[in-house]
Amino acid sequence: MTRPGAASAVLLLLLSCGLLVLTVWAMGVGASEISMSRVAQALWNPSGERADIVVLQVRLPRVLAGVTAGAALAVAGAIMQAMTGNPLAEPGLLGVNAGAAFAVVCALSFLDITGMSHLIWAAFTGAAGAAALVYALGAGPNPVRLVLAGVVVTSFLGAVTMAILMLDVQALDTVRFWTAGSLKGRQLEDVASVLPYLLGSLVLALLFAGQFTAMSLGSTVARGLGQNLALWRGLAALVVVGLAGSAVAMAGPLGFVGLVVPHMVRMRTGAEYRRILPYCLIGGAVLTLASDTLPRALWGRDVPAGITLAFLGAPFFIWLARSHGALRS
Amino acid sequence: MTERLYGLGMRDATLGYGRGGPVIEDLSLTIPSRRFTALLGPNGCGKSTILHGLAGLHTPQCGEVVLDGKSIRALGTKALARRVGLLAQTASAPDGLTVGELVRQGRYPHRPVFGAWSGADEDAVESALRRTSMTGYRDRPVDSLSGGQRQRAWIAMTLAQQSDILLLDEPTTYLDLAHQIDVLGLMRRLVDQEGATVVAVLHDLVQAARYADHLVLIRGGRIVAQGAPISVLTPENVKAVFGVDVVILSDPDSAAPICLPRCNGAATSNPQA
Repeated sequence: MTRPGAASAVLLLLLSCGLLVLTVWAMGVGASEISMSRVAQALWNPSGERADIVVLQVRLPRVLAGVTAGAALAVAGAIMQAMTGNPLAEPGLLGVNAGAAFAVVCALSFLDITGMSHLIWAAFTGAAGAAALVYALGAGPNPVRLVLAGVVVTSFLGAVTMAILMLDVQALDTVRFWTAGSLKGRQLEDVASVLPYLLGSLVLALLFAGQFTAMSLGSTVARGLGQNLALWRGLAALVVVGLAGSAVAMAGPLGFVGLVVPHMVRMRTGAEYRRILPYCLIGGAVLTLASDTLPRALWGRDVPAGITLAFLGAPFFIWLARSHGALRS
Repeated sequence: MTERLYGLGMRDATLGYGRGGPVIEDLSLTIPSRRFTALLGPNGCGKSTILHGLAGLHTPQCGEVVLDGKSIRALGTKALARRVGLLAQTASAPDGLTVGELVRQGRYPHRPVFGAWSGADEDAVESALRRTSMTGYRDRPVDSLSGGQRQRAWIAMTLAQQSDILLLDEPTTYLDLAHQIDVLGLMRRLVDQEGATVVAVLHDLVQAARYADHLVLIRGGRIVAQGAPISVLTPENVKAVFGVDVVILSDPDSAAPICLPRCNGAATSNPQA
């Protein structure tokens, strides 16, 4: 038992180092190229030069938002798959992200709430409301039904969100890029005010990891083992809303991270959530950060991370839906 | 009367699933302690509902499920799972879950939420793997195993739970004959050598009569007959429960009754008619 565990820990450490290098590199990529050593200098020993200001005030919040939102959404996806027994469950497809985005736009447009420390509560409320609605519409033994309910809620909320933005030009300017999952233009104070909720939810997710393994055996088995399902499903839902709500507040409704990352992770780790969740955390951060940075590095163009992720995630979704045994029945 | 107070049972229990009315109504049942009980009856007669009720998965709408004279509602979910283990029908493990990881889940009711893995946990898992001959399959994913091995892996998980009462929902369905005998032999040993109480939903009347001590015949959510195989398996009872005409022979080895359908006795869908 110890040898695969140790190998797993080494791999996790390597991935974390990779993420760190990627993070420093990403902070150098953009309109003004900054070398990795210069980025490191700006982070540890800033002297107030232009490069320091760009790194600390423009690039750092953007990279932080990508890393933490990606980690949160991948972990949230894995937990939702355990809760529902549905391989296609993830906050984007099941409408949780759309609910959070809708509520944030409503709060901006109708309630004139602008501070991120208040908007985050709108995001939580919207995420919870949409999750409850999708579950009420789609719960059942057929996994496709839940996804259909998610698609319906996502498209409806997306349309209403778009309508509000069309009528409210000022709100549109504020959030146009955010609703497409763009990490551009994040302020450090916005990121800082969301970070405690996001990190708190991640810590809870990791602490509860063992519960998700029992839950993933299905409700009959989990209850036979003595798991208090009402309690643990409630706590799991709370963690998912915390993760997805804060990720959306930070980075917009990024789809597919919660689908692609957990399934790729499982190919390596198997089905024990104590191993799945740490890998999802790192993997989600890497994928989201790469999706934000690579278009800039390769073509010098700013493509919202949400759009890059959809390009990568949509074919993956089709492959998964076609190959998974549970969906063929 | 004191015997009635110990072990697991139901008192006037009504159980059902939301819409569609109750599946069983006002059912009273006492499971003999340290015996092998088989629940028998046609599909949809309420066997699984009774088993799930006994495991505390459904709260009765009326009446109660009783363990050692007290309603199981007084017990916490983990405390109940330490006494009563359930092997669910057609349970499927998530892709890639190994046998070892599955069996470790059986320790769930013994572990505090943030507790470390203990020596007692390790011993229980090792013993469960050994008793089901699954030690060599520990690192294999459950979904890569044959049907018989898969069932043994699930049984090992239930054994690792170390509950003195085991409820098994169709443990032999979908297994070939050798694996069926294997599973039933294991249940028999648990009762004879370890003093466990076993309740299993079975379909094969011959196997039930051969391995179980106590049979409960169920039709339409009601108990038609219960007792020792020799007294319960009569042509009249089998006709009343399954609607099949049978002759009862006697096993030359054990004298257990053997139920043989008659060739000319065409099955009738409604035995009351």
